[in-house]
Amino acid sequence: MAEFALPKNSTVNTGKAWPMPQGGNIRTFRIYRWNPDDGKNPQLDTYHVNMDECGPMVLDALIKIKNEQDPTLTFRRSCREGICGSCAMNIDGTNTLACLKACDDVKGDVRIYPLPHMPVVKDLVPDLTRFYAQHRSIEPWLKTETPTPQAEWKQSKEERELLDGLYECILCACCSTSCPSYWWNGDRYLGPAVLLQAYRWLIDSRDEATGERLDNLEDPFRLYRCHTIMNCAKACPKGLSPAKAIAEIKKMMVERMV
Amino acid sequence: MIIDPGMKTPLKKVKGFGAAKSGTDHFWQQRATAVANLPLVGFMVGFVIYHLNSTRADVIASLHHPVVALLLIMGLASVFWHMRLGLQVVIEDYLHTHLTKFTALALNIAYATSLFAVAAYSILKMSFAP
Repeated sequence: MAEFALPKNSTVNTGKAWPMPQGGNIRTFRIYRWNPDDGKNPQLDTYHVNMDECGPMVLDALIKIKNEQDPTLTFRRSCREGICGSCAMNIDGTNTLACLKACDDVKGDVRIYPLPHMPVVKDLVPDLTRFYAQHRSIEPWLKTETPTPQAEWKQSKEERELLDGLYECILCACCSTSCPSYWWNGDRYLGPAVLLQAYRWLIDSRDEATGERLDNLEDPFRLYRCHTIMNCAKACPKGLSPAKAIAEIKKMMVERMV
Repeated sequence: MIIDPGMKTPLKKVKGFGAAKSGTDHFWQQRATAVANLPLVGFMVGFVIYHLNSTRADVIASLHHPVVALLLIMGLASVFWHMRLGLQVVIEDYLHTHLTKFTALALNIAYATSLFAVAAYSILKMSFAP
């Protein structure tokens, strides 16, 4: 059966409450902590941040906590402007990028967890090894048989526009890890992010491997575990719709059969 | 979700046995039966409402018309096939051990076809009744 409850060693305990700073506009952050080395269950630590001395985004607060209160707090971040996808995490119950989520958009305490249903490396860092392998499995590069032209593979303006809403994906995994179908069958279902990437290559006018790509996706689990739950489109911090891309792939499948 | 504790590479695990090259039939049939269900179930519900206060003889008299009997049997076929397809998805979603999954999938087919056989036989019996 699919596991609906957390195993005993994953139950989240109440953690340490860090001292509250004096004065100012104080916000409370409740952050998931888990250390693979201490053998303990995960815990929810409480931190307080003076927002008068902090940037507006959740990532600003996390960096401030790490710099000034607790250097052991572990999370990924790089570009701090929504283009690298490193700081994807579950904030206030929704998967999003910490660098694009304003603290003011959260009511009450800011609750921060790692991306759901993935193995945790430490604290807010999920293990995305399988996610990247799934991306590799759809062969996300231009595949052609026609001899490479002297200058470039040409594409009309209209053909290029078909890639809008797809090329912007930064592979942050917010969508895939918000999908219940990916939670239960992530070992066989490719998930919304990877299927959006697959569609990006299926619809590319320059790519000559469309049939092979469809063959590689035609599977009850790889593609058809999508039940149009739409969490992916809701979660995407870039405003894309993986659900629509998946629906388009299904249409292509039917079109080549009927 | 089955966790493989071995030392296979992540790509090897993801690729598994390759794509089954199926699933589109299932997807297409589920949509086709859903559309077919709209008029056919409408007819079945209409038939029941029309005969709410009828006697058994009235119902049998209606079923003597081949179009009525055939539409009812087609409705049953579409509804039970649609049910089988839908339940199969639920089983594949949530049952992950081989024995329970294959047993449930087999029982699902047996359940849907048995219900259809019983219902269709009942209609035919009334349709051919004197």
